[in-house]
Amino acid sequence: MGTVIKMKKADFEKILGHAKSCLPNEACGLIAGTVNGDVREIQAVYLLTNTDASNEHFSLDPKEQLTAIKDMRARGLVPLGNWHSHPESPSRPSEEDKRLAFDSKASYMILSLMERDKPVLNSFRITGNDPKTSEKEQLVIEE
Amino acid sequence: MQITVSGVKKEIKDNTTIAELIVSENVETPEYVTVTVNDEFITSDKLSSTVLKNGDTVEFLYFMGGGSVR
Repeated sequence: MGTVIKMKKADFEKILGHAKSCLPNEACGLIAGTVNGDVREIQAVYLLTNTDASNEHFSLDPKEQLTAIKDMRARGLVPLGNWHSHPESPSRPSEEDKRLAFDSKASYMILSLMERDKPVLNSFRITGNDPKTSEKEQLVIEE
Repeated sequence: MQITVSGVKKEIKDNTTIAELIVSENVETPEYVTVTVNDEFITSDKLSSTVLKNGDTVEFLYFMGGGSVR
């Protein structure tokens, strides 16, 4: 069994609401929580600014990133990875997503809003080099 | 001396530079990592000349970005 990543429904709703509010642009943020073997449990989601302000690209603001990391440390959480939205494309890493994925230990969550009333969230690990490959994690959204 | 790296306290030798710490910590793709020391962003041209002090707090921030078009 591969990595399982658990997320509370309230946190899913939080990133979904933010991603919709950022349309037509991509939205992004960080996730943090706990790790127990192959099970990662998200305890906090962070909504950050997409400094690219683009509907087809995102970059996290490093200052906001640091603020979020400090909050994670203060709460005893570990950084688990990031999330971003794809306003018009499926929930899978694009070539650009893979090219810019530099942390093989991170979970990369992608929220597709391609069908506005049917959002799709998936989580991936992106590893290797030339080519980088992505592997889907088992995402469990809990009440 | 003792510093905190990514939230973990570590013993390192005196006069260690940030560039040396990046190597000893096996930081992946360091060219895409921003380093902060005590919340101050260290520019890449200062990594080899910045010597860490006892009690410093270091964070490695991976560039995080992507795109949905391709």
